Amino acid sequence: MAVKVMIPTPLRAYAGKQESVEVSAATVGAALKALTDQHADLKKHLYSDDGKLRSFVNVYVNDEDIRYAQKDQTPVKDGDTVSIVPSIAGGLQS
Amino acid sequence: MSGYILKLSNNLAAKIQAHGMETYPHECCGAILGSDENGSRTVLALLPLANRRDDSPRNRFEVTPEDVKLAEQNAKEKNLELIGWYHSHPNAPARPSEFDREHAWPWYSYIIVSVKAGMPQEMTSWRLQDDRAAYDPEVIESPKGPYSI
Repeated sequence: MAVKVMIPTPLRAYAGKQESVEVSAATVGAALKALTDQHADLKKHLYSDDGKLRSFVNVYVNDEDIRYAQKDQTPVKDGDTVSIVPSIAGGLQS
Repeated sequence: MSGYILKLSNNLAAKIQAHGMETYPHECCGAILGSDENGSRTVLALLPLANRRDDSPRNRFEVTPEDVKLAEQNAKEKNLELIGWYHSHPNAPARPSEFDREHAWPWYSYIIVSVKAGMPQEMTSWRLQDDRAAYDPEVIESPKGPYSI
């Protein structure tokens, strides 16, 4: 299945300065793996050391948040758009 | 030295300070819109946002993905780029915390304003390093200064 993965501005430098990358995958998890296989420098910004998607990385299939679908097992089909959308957090230590 | 420079007018610097005073002792947050040409950044507009961390607003801030999309849309309408984010550190220095670093994205400029006893203090700007290990300081160039570190 050919799907388009939209890269947010802060990560484009790690994806050959592209706004989107075409990958072939049947699930969101496989699409993101294909993306990071092509552009390995993206991995540390998307995943924590334990291999889980970072909490401030949000993924949508078309307009649906995968947290409310089947997470990384959410199926994707030809022509779908997978979007990586940041959330922003921070603050004092304690 | 990283060599990063962020140009910020006195007027927009004052708006960030005013937002920090308004929400004190809670953290304020907002989007920084502007231009980025060959790494030379200029802040041209701000989009103040609500701090979504209702449970702990004194020491945390959060911008939801919906608000990030809103900020991107707002930038597009103004023919600008979403170049970063600002937030306040109530009763603490304008230095990024470990929590800030763990949650930061690369490329964005992160402005921090310290607010003590309700009054704005120093303002700094930072960029996350490629390996996520630390931040590089970004000098704020402002006619009024001294915002640079």
